[in-house]
Amino acid sequence: MTLLRILLKRLLSMSTTLIGVAVIVFFVIRIVPGNPIAMMLPPGAGEEDIARLKALYGFDKSLPEQFLIWIQGILGGDFGTSITSRQPVSALVLGRLPATLELSVMALVMAVAIGGILALTGTRHRGGKAEAVIDITNGISLSVPDFLWGLFFILLFGVLWPVFHISGRVSPALDLPFTTNFYLFESLLRLRFDIWLDLVSHMFMPALALAIPLAAIIAQLLKQSLKETMHLDYVTLARTKGYSENHVILREALPNAILPTLTLVGVQFTFLIGGTVIIERLFSYEGLGNMAIDAVINRDLPLIQGIVILFAVIFTTVNLLVDLTYAVLNPRLRHG
Amino acid sequence: MADGRAAVKRRINPRLWLSGGWLMILVIAALAAPLLAPQDPLAQDLFASRLPPLWQAGAEPGFPLGTDSLGRDVLSRVLYGARVALIVALIAGSCTCVLGAGLGLVAGYYRGWPDMVISRLIEIWMAFPPVLFAILLIAVMGTGLTSIIVAIVVIDWTRFARVIRAEAMSQGAMDYVASAKVAGRGRFGIILREILPNVLPTIVVLLTLEMGIAVIVEAILGFVNLSISSDDPTWGSMIAEGRAAIHHSWWVLVFPLITLFLTVLSFSQLGEGLKDHFDPVLR
Repeated sequence: MTLLRILLKRLLSMSTTLIGVAVIVFFVIRIVPGNPIAMMLPPGAGEEDIARLKALYGFDKSLPEQFLIWIQGILGGDFGTSITSRQPVSALVLGRLPATLELSVMALVMAVAIGGILALTGTRHRGGKAEAVIDITNGISLSVPDFLWGLFFILLFGVLWPVFHISGRVSPALDLPFTTNFYLFESLLRLRFDIWLDLVSHMFMPALALAIPLAAIIAQLLKQSLKETMHLDYVTLARTKGYSENHVILREALPNAILPTLTLVGVQFTFLIGGTVIIERLFSYEGLGNMAIDAVINRDLPLIQGIVILFAVIFTTVNLLVDLTYAVLNPRLRHG
Repeated sequence: MADGRAAVKRRINPRLWLSGGWLMILVIAALAAPLLAPQDPLAQDLFASRLPPLWQAGAEPGFPLGTDSLGRDVLSRVLYGARVALIVALIAGSCTCVLGAGLGLVAGYYRGWPDMVISRLIEIWMAFPPVLFAILLIAVMGTGLTSIIVAIVVIDWTRFARVIRAEAMSQGAMDYVASAKVAGRGRFGIILREILPNVLPTIVVLLTLEMGIAVIVEAILGFVNLSISSDDPTWGSMIAEGRAAIHHSWWVLVFPLITLFLTVLSFSQLGEGLKDHFDPVLR
């Protein structure tokens, strides 16, 4: 019952947020001085052609009218037509979404793995040299954003020791037998490990660049709450019972220390997804972010709008899921 | 009390010195760029293109860190790029700080409808991918220093507003604020005289961190060719050239990248160091 109320409340605030995003993006990009229609036509095009094309994309109507038409379209699943490629925005955007989702989830998995291992190692060797090294590494990893990590990896693993691909999502020479755009997932299902390895080799560096700042945050927070838990009476009791230190950390302390980290990971995951925009550009990875930058450069207004809305939907959905998970896991909030 | 303070002051974290030191060097280098730069940062010389740095075979004495594919001197461009980076850090950082902290104080202390409006705006802002938002704003306003600064302020004010709002809320519930109210201070006076001084350390820390973020944002915009102009030297545009030429002239990427790395790291470490430094005195 209360969970349902939380859900409804969050859904309501989510929709007002999305409306806010829609209003802002719609009106902001319409202050653009360059006329998108003029860019589509050859230099000698007459007034008549311009007017016809404007009418085709609805740019001849007043701004509030255009906005209402756009919103009505979105509610019916129609995001308009891209100016540069003349294809439906929804098809273009959904075609690229899997690439970005795969990259983000891969990065999230890496961040949780790296951060978790660092936190556990730091707790196991607390007060020792290993912990000091982990703390310093964390400090630096936190300060350096994904963009710079990406550049370092290009230098390191792309040029000095070229073990990974530095651009693209998959080698163009490969013949892809896929029906969806979730290549990484589908190649596993179809047992095409050759393609899977090629995909991972392309994805590894951009995903790691996105993962490192989050891994550092996870390591720091999880280590902190593990340390606090290790001083609690029930942990001491487990230790006096003769359990090994590893057992005490993993089985006794970890389950209780993990909740604050979990909520933080959810919030930080949206920042990670936001980071894909520039990381995809850096690695010429064919995802949403790369498409978005091209759309801005080409003044493809319907496409820009569609991508921004989609990002906003992803962000708010992730936040919603985090809140619900927290409510389910934390009984105090559920009955409160 | 006086002794306690002195003891805290003496134990200034070494990372404060290191990061402060690097930023000081950078400020001097930026101010003295015309004196220090061996070449005109814009001068192209196709006969001197892709020269390696000094210690490699084939280097020329006038170009200590080599040249890019148009024959422009890398060292001179890094030095002039520092000017852009620092101007953006200072101006965009402080404007973001004033706007964000101001809104945060108002929302946190006044509560009620100002808080509702500001919190709603923050939520909407958080649903935008920041890099895409920045690129979008530059596309709308056109490239140039002012556009970059405006874009950073418009996007990042929420960083201050979120934190300062929460701090102002907890400060507003404290006894000293209640007694100031009893003493007849107006609400605006309380914000300015009572709450602001108490959240100032947090503001200073956030400001330092924001300067580092501003430097990165400027570099990212330069990288996608939307910074001040494609000719003027910025670290971001140098990195974009270096990324394209990575297989035959690594130095075009490496030197601006290292400078950018040290600068961002320094701003961030300075912020973290200040946080630790303020902590024992105030809490």
